[in-house]
Amino acid sequence: MLDSVLFYFFASIAIISAGLMVTRRNAIHSAVFLITTLLSTAGIFLQLRAEFLFIAQIILYVGGIMVLFIFVIMLVRLDVPLPQIRSRLQKGAAVFVALAVFTEAAIVLLLARKVPGPGQGLIDPLPAAADKLPPNTEELAKSLFTAYLLPFEIASVLLLVAMVGAVVMAKKRPDAP
Amino acid sequence: MSPTLHAVLAFVQTWWVELLCALLTVLVVPLIAGYIVLVERKVMADMQARLGPMRVGPHGLLQPIADAVKLLLKEDLIPDNADQFIFWFAPVLSMTAALTSMGAVAFGPWFQVARDINIGLLFVIGISALGPFGIVLGGWASNNHYSIIGAIRSTAQLISYETTAGFALVSGFLFAGTLNVRAIVEHQRADHVWYLFLAPVGFFTYVIASIAETNRAPFDLPEAESELVAGYMTEYSGFRWSLYFLAEYANMIVVAAVGTTLFLGGWMRPFPNVQWLGWLDAFPVLLLGATGVYCVVRAGKQPAYVQAMFMWTVALACFVIALVFGLVELGHIVALRSAQPAHLFQVLDSIHPGLYGAFWFLLKVGAYIYLFMWLRFTLPRFRFDQLMRLGWHILIPLALVNVMDVGIALVLQLELGWNRWWAMALTTLFTLVVAALLLRWNDRHAATASSSLLAPPSPLEDANA
Repeated sequence: MLDSVLFYFFASIAIISAGLMVTRRNAIHSAVFLITTLLSTAGIFLQLRAEFLFIAQIILYVGGIMVLFIFVIMLVRLDVPLPQIRSRLQKGAAVFVALAVFTEAAIVLLLARKVPGPGQGLIDPLPAAADKLPPNTEELAKSLFTAYLLPFEIASVLLLVAMVGAVVMAKKRPDAP
Repeated sequence: MSPTLHAVLAFVQTWWVELLCALLTVLVVPLIAGYIVLVERKVMADMQARLGPMRVGPHGLLQPIADAVKLLLKEDLIPDNADQFIFWFAPVLSMTAALTSMGAVAFGPWFQVARDINIGLLFVIGISALGPFGIVLGGWASNNHYSIIGAIRSTAQLISYETTAGFALVSGFLFAGTLNVRAIVEHQRADHVWYLFLAPVGFFTYVIASIAETNRAPFDLPEAESELVAGYMTEYSGFRWSLYFLAEYANMIVVAAVGTTLFLGGWMRPFPNVQWLGWLDAFPVLLLGATGVYCVVRAGKQPAYVQAMFMWTVALACFVIALVFGLVELGHIVALRSAQPAHLFQVLDSIHPGLYGAFWFLLKVGAYIYLFMWLRFTLPRFRFDQLMRLGWHILIPLALVNVMDVGIALVLQLELGWNRWWAMALTTLFTLVVAALLLRWNDRHAATASSSLLAPPSPLEDANA
């Protein structure tokens, strides 16, 4: 009962503010609504007892928006309205992609219900009692550093390369004017 | 009875302790913050050989109440060209983040809103990192150059120093092996040491980063009054301004609580495992009793009757609280000594850990905050490029090396069976050598970089000038 109340509360906030985020003219307002969306998604993680994902969502994504603010404040001219793109082709493409993603997600979710065996499907029909779950920070760390060590390291190298690239691009060259 | 009401009642019945704790936090923290301001003004006055606030109440004891009333009655201005909604919303966001992050802090073994959450301290630092959003949004919504420069400085500062704070905390987490607040404190009791002594460099970097994160002097560049009027708070007045102010002080309590929990043994008495130091338990009674006696002595010297009465009241309060502590301690001693203590003593003994834990925790937090004030009145404000250089060139590499060294120390201790102190001393020495090298390199680098220009403007400020 409480779980479903919390879920619908966070989910409705997430959806409404996502809609507002897309429709706002002002870039800062969009960023604020993006924060709201991400925070309520974090709330859904918490309602699912994924505590670590909840705090990772807040620290990484919401913290990342801080940087977005700086970009908006420093790079976007808020007094000039953004050029509106009015191409029929783009509209059609956008609708097509959105529909495709939605259909794909729906199919996966529907199929997942039918996979037999507990823990096999994406949606477990009989979830374990909330207080019986193992502490998920430790479990996440174990799986990251044993079963998924290689992908994890590759991802970190990728991030490092991106970081070094950003530094190199931002660095002043001695011969530059 | 309707099912909804029933569900609500059942909810309250299950969670009433947590709800009560949350309510107390929200009610008491603003009051404590107000009195921290008074203490800060008194400490500042003491360091500058002045008296500080003396008018409202004896020794200015009622000054925070007067300030709060003044702020509530002040006219609430919203500039015409400000973004109305965000201007309204930003201080609320700062305050909410500060109060919410207190939810996972354990003020003693009993007083904690969210018990046994697995992410513990990570929750505290993650939520309190939302506070600067309020600063950035408020600064932007004010539509004022000074405000926006303050806001951007605050962002840059947060991004630079949060990394350091995170690494410093990791060095403590490595010893504890958990993020759970209670488990961390229990680990320190089991290890017979505060992690301050096992990871001194970690604690040092955490202290610096926590001052920078709370925007306190010498890192208070977002509100540098000699350059930016009042930084991000320039356009704020009255109650909204006081929300920002409260958020700053609540954040101080939060970072002090995190540092206390992880590095200073949380709610444990100093030397909790040493039997012959058990007399330290009498410390709260002695402290409160001495304060009470001092108040009685001073009460006779107050110029006005009302002030003398107030002094007597404070003395009485001190004596009553000291009596409570004494009774609980008595119950504890009796319960320890006799096999079949009376029921009353058993009840008193059961209160002992919660009450004394809260006392020691608050004492340590107070000492940490006093350190903040001491630094504030000792050091001049940094220049922004100095701040950035300190963060990126010294603290982040130092914290990184420290995390690796703590890992090496743990491997030496657990895998090779070294003595814990030898491993710690060796790796700390290595970290300090690295720090010295960093400083040397940085000095030389800074000398060549700024030889032509005394104060090179940072790119952030340049873009906004």
